[in-house]
Amino acid sequence: MYNFEFSKPSTIADAVAALSSDEAQALGGGQTLLPTMKQRLAQTDMLVSLTGIGEMQGICVGDDGELCIGGATTHAAVAADGNYPGLASLAGRIGDPAVRNRGTIGGSLANNDPSACYPAAALASGATIKTNARDIAADDYFQGMFDTALEDGEIITEVRFPIPEVSNYQKFVQPASRFALVGVFVAKFADGVRVAVTGASSDGVFRWAEAEAALAADFSKAAVDALAVPSGDMISDLHGTADYRAHLAKVMTGRAVAAAS
Amino acid sequence: MPKDHGIGASSKRREDVRFLTGQGRYTDDINLQGQAYVHFLRSDVAHGVLRSVDTSAAAEMPGVVRIFTGTDFEGVGGVPCGWQVTDRHGEPMQEPAHPILAQGKVRYVGDAIAAVVAETKEQARNAAEAIELDIEELPAVVDMKTAVQEGATKVHDDLTSNLCYDWGFVEENKPAVDAAFEAAAHVTTLELVNNRLSPNPMEPRVAVGDYNPGTDDSTLYTTSQNPHVIRLLMGAFVLGIPEHKLRVVAPDVGGGFGSKIFHYVEEAFCTFAAKACRRPVKWTSSRSEAFITDAHGRDHVTKIELALDADNNFTGIRTDTYANMGAYLSTFAPSVPTWLHGTLMAGNYKTPNIYVNVKAVFTNTVPVDAYRGAGRPEATFQLERVIDKAARELGVDPIELRRQNFITEFPYATPVAVEYDTGDYEGTMTKLLEMIDRDGFEGRRAESEKNGKLRGIGVNCYIEACGIAPSALVGQLGARAGLYESATVRVNATGGLVVMTGSHSHGQGHETSFAQVVADMIGIAEDQVEIVHGDTANTPMGMGTYGSRSIAVGGSAMVRATEKIIAKAKKIAAHLMEASEGDIELKDGQFSVAGTDKSVAWGDVTLAAYVPHNYPLEEIEPGLEETAFYDPNNFTYPAGAYACEVEVDPDTGKVEIMSFAAADDFGNVINPMIVEGQVHGGLAQGIGQALLENVSYDENGQLLSASYMDYTMPRAGDMPMFQVDHSSQTPCTHNPLGVKGCGEAGAIGSPPSVVNAVVDALQRAGHTNVTHIDMPLTPARVWAAMQG
Repeated sequence: MYNFEFSKPSTIADAVAALSSDEAQALGGGQTLLPTMKQRLAQTDMLVSLTGIGEMQGICVGDDGELCIGGATTHAAVAADGNYPGLASLAGRIGDPAVRNRGTIGGSLANNDPSACYPAAALASGATIKTNARDIAADDYFQGMFDTALEDGEIITEVRFPIPEVSNYQKFVQPASRFALVGVFVAKFADGVRVAVTGASSDGVFRWAEAEAALAADFSKAAVDALAVPSGDMISDLHGTADYRAHLAKVMTGRAVAAAS
Repeated sequence: MPKDHGIGASSKRREDVRFLTGQGRYTDDINLQGQAYVHFLRSDVAHGVLRSVDTSAAAEMPGVVRIFTGTDFEGVGGVPCGWQVTDRHGEPMQEPAHPILAQGKVRYVGDAIAAVVAETKEQARNAAEAIELDIEELPAVVDMKTAVQEGATKVHDDLTSNLCYDWGFVEENKPAVDAAFEAAAHVTTLELVNNRLSPNPMEPRVAVGDYNPGTDDSTLYTTSQNPHVIRLLMGAFVLGIPEHKLRVVAPDVGGGFGSKIFHYVEEAFCTFAAKACRRPVKWTSSRSEAFITDAHGRDHVTKIELALDADNNFTGIRTDTYANMGAYLSTFAPSVPTWLHGTLMAGNYKTPNIYVNVKAVFTNTVPVDAYRGAGRPEATFQLERVIDKAARELGVDPIELRRQNFITEFPYATPVAVEYDTGDYEGTMTKLLEMIDRDGFEGRRAESEKNGKLRGIGVNCYIEACGIAPSALVGQLGARAGLYESATVRVNATGGLVVMTGSHSHGQGHETSFAQVVADMIGIAEDQVEIVHGDTANTPMGMGTYGSRSIAVGGSAMVRATEKIIAKAKKIAAHLMEASEGDIELKDGQFSVAGTDKSVAWGDVTLAAYVPHNYPLEEIEPGLEETAFYDPNNFTYPAGAYACEVEVDPDTGKVEIMSFAAADDFGNVINPMIVEGQVHGGLAQGIGQALLENVSYDENGQLLSASYMDYTMPRAGDMPMFQVDHSSQTPCTHNPLGVKGCGEAGAIGSPPSVVNAVVDALQRAGHTNVTHIDMPLTPARVWAAMQG
C-alpha cells in the first residue's frame, strides 16, 4: 500500500468538500478498495471515509412505503432488517461475516462489480440511487462493468427500494471467490415483474426483458422454461463459458420465481 | 477399553496448546537486531531475454541498503536438484542451471530478477518498483505436448530441447507388455489430466538470514520440512559454507504438504545477503508471491491402457505420461513422476505386465515438485479410473472386478520394482462395504431423484509406498541423498528425557505421538518426554519429514535409540541391585530382578548415571544418552478402499458429496485421533483436487489462478462428515513399530472415488457418452459434459 492522507468527515457536506480534490477517493467499507490498495493496484492521495457520517447510516420505511437505506449502512444491518425479505436474504449472503460487517450498500453500488449482488437487487427493485447532488433511477445508474452514472466526487447517500409483493434472489456462486457466477433477482410488483441478472454479462448487471414480459403474464417457473438468455454478451472465463452463464441465468430465474415470497 | 496413554492412546496433541493460543513461534515471529528486509522484483512475463536491469535510480531511494541482481551471483552455485533420472536410453536427464537471481533470461512469471534489501519492507518494495527492466519478451512454452515438438521455443537455450527425460519403466519389459496387449480379450483406454495444484500451506514461506562476523557463522531461519537437507544443499552446493559454520533452524512451521521440502532461492539469498550486508535479512512471502513461487504439484497428462483376458483378469497396463517440470528442476521434481509414480502402477492388483513411459517437460511455469502424495496420487487416479471404465465397458461390478484382481499373497514382488511386504486388500474392502450400506444405494438414489438430483457411487482402492526410503535402493534410482532418519535420546538426571529427532513436525503432531512411543517403551508418563526438532544445532543429521516417513523411519530411529538407553539402564540397574544384567526387567518405569521382589525406579537409575557414586565405571561410561540412525530396508505400503456418494444437480452441474468413507490399513497405529485427523486433512485435499482446485495458465504463461479469488481452496462446508476406519491392520514386517504411515493416504486415495461417483451418477441418468471428466469437476465442467 502506498502512503495516503486519511479523512473521516461526519457530515455529507464535509465529505463532498473533502472529495473535491482530483486525487481524493471515497472509502465505504473498504472490502474491495483496501485489498486493491494493499496490492498496489490502486493508489490515492486522500482517502475519505464515509462511515462516520450519521445521516448516511440506518434503515427506515418512508412515507411512500419505500425502504430507505443510508449509503453507509452495512450489509449485516440490511440482512437484519425485516421489511424487505428478498433484499435482506441477499445481503445476508454477500461475502462472509467480516465482509458483511464492514461492507456498505453505497460502496457496493458505487463500485458496480459485475459479479456483485446488490446491483441485481437495486435494478430488479427499480431502486432510486440518491446522491448528494441528485436522484438517479437504477435503470439509468448502471452503465457497464465498474461503470455508473456517478460523477467524480459524487456520494451515494441513500438507496430507496420500492418493496415488491414477492421477490427472491438466487445466487450461483463462483467456486473460488463466492461472488455471483450468476445471480438473479426477481421482483414482482402490482404493475409488473422485474428480473435483473448479475455476474453473467460483460456489460455488468442487466434486466432480462423477455423473462419480465413472460412472468408478467404468468408468474411461474414454466413461463421461463421456454426462454433463452442470449449468450453473446456473457462473460467467458476459467469458471464458466458464456453458454454456461446464459444457461445459469435462465435456471436461476426459474428458481427465483419458484422461491419468491 | 481404549488405552489412555502410550502407544495406541488418543493422547491430546500437546503442541495445539501453543498453536491455538497464538503462542507458536514461527519463522516470521523471529526478528533480529538490525534486521533489514528484502523485496524480490519478479518477472511479470513468462519468458524473455533480460536485456538490462538498471538499478541506479532505485539505489538512491530512501532506506535502500543494497540491491542485488543476477550478476552478484555469477560465482555462486545455483539451486541444485537432488535426484537424477536416467532415461530409457541410459542417458542422464537434462539438468539446467537454476540461478539465485535470473541471469540472461526470465523463465516464468515469478522468476526473481533483482532483490532490494532496505530498512523496511515498504522501502524495499518502493525501490524495487524503481528498477528499470528491459526484457525482450519471447513466446511462452506452456502446453507440454507443444513444448516437445520439433522447433518449439526452448525454455533453456543450452539444452537440446524442452524434454528433461524420456523414461521407460521397466524398459526391458516393454515387448512383453506389448505382447500382453496383443493377446488381450479386452483393452480399455483412458486419457486424462491430473490437474496442477498450488500447495497453499496456511503459513507462507519465510526466510531470515543472519551472519556473525566475529565467528564467521551463518544462520538461516526458514519454513522448512527438513532443515538438515537445506543445510547440506545450500551449504555444499550453493554458497560453499561448510556445515559446521552453517546452522539452519525451522521452528514452528504452519503446514508444508511437500512445498517446504525444497531448497528455494530465497533461502540462499537471505543467507548470502546477510553476510554481504553484515546484517540480518528477512523475507516474508506474500500470499500472492506464494502462488507464483511455491512449487506446484501434480500436472500430468496421461494415456493409460488396461488389458484384460476373457475372464477379466488384468494382463497388462501401459501408460504414456507427460509430466510438467515447470521452468527449472525443483529439489525432488524428477523423482515424482518416475520413482514415486511408476513404481506404484501395479496398485493393489496382480497385473503381470506393466510398462510406464514418462516424458518430463520444461515449460515457462512455476517449478513443479512433490505435493502431498507426490506421484502416488497420479498413479492411483489413472489406475482406479481406468478400472472403473473397464468395468462399465465389460458390464461387470467395479468392486468385484477389483476384488478378482487383488494381490492376496505377500510378500508380493510387483513388475515395477517394489515388493509389498504385507497387506490385506480384501480386508479393507470388506470393512468399507460394512461402512457404506451399498445395498441401500438404490433407495438413496431414488430419493435423490425425487429431489431432482442425480446420485452416483464411486469406489476405489489405493496403495502407496511410504516410509521413504531405503538409501541403497533410492541411490540406485538416482537419489543424491540417503533417506535414513536419526534420533538422539538424552535422559536427564531426574528421569525426564529429550528426544532430538531429524524428523520435522509442521502440523502432524509428532511432539505428541513420538513422546507416546518413548514413554511407552520405558513405562513413564508422556509428559516426561520432550521432542525437539527443527534445528541443525541440536538435532542429529536427519532427512526431515515428507513421504509419510516420520513414524516409520524417524520413529524407528527413536525406538533404536531408546533400546540402547534401556540396555544401558539395565546394566546400571543390575549394578545397583547387585544382580545379573540378564535378569533385569523393565516394566512401568521400574527395574526389577526376575523372580525376586527387588526393584529400583527409573529415576534412581538415571540419577546414578549422572551422579555415579555407586556405578560400574570400569564397565560403562556415566551418562545416559544414545543416538541411532535407522535406514529402512523397504518402503512401507499403506493401502485401503474408499467410497464416495455424490448428488449432481442436472441443471447446474454442481456436485455435492453426500458421504465419504475411508477404510485404511496403516499397520499399527500410535495415536488413533491423530491418524484420523491426518486422514481427514488428506481427504479434504484429495476432494479439493477432485472438485475445486486448479492452477490455470493462459497461453502466454500468465497465471490466471493467482489468488483466492480464482483458486478454489476447499472450505469446511465443501466436505461431508467423513467415515474413517483403520481397524484393518497388517503391521509392517520390517520396522520395529509395525507402522506404515498415514499422512498422504487421504490425498492419494480420494480423487478417483469422487470422479467415479460423478461419472456413475451421469451414466445412471442416461449420459452414457460421459466416460470421464477431467478434474476439477467444477459445475461448469460437469454441466458441459452433460450437454453432449
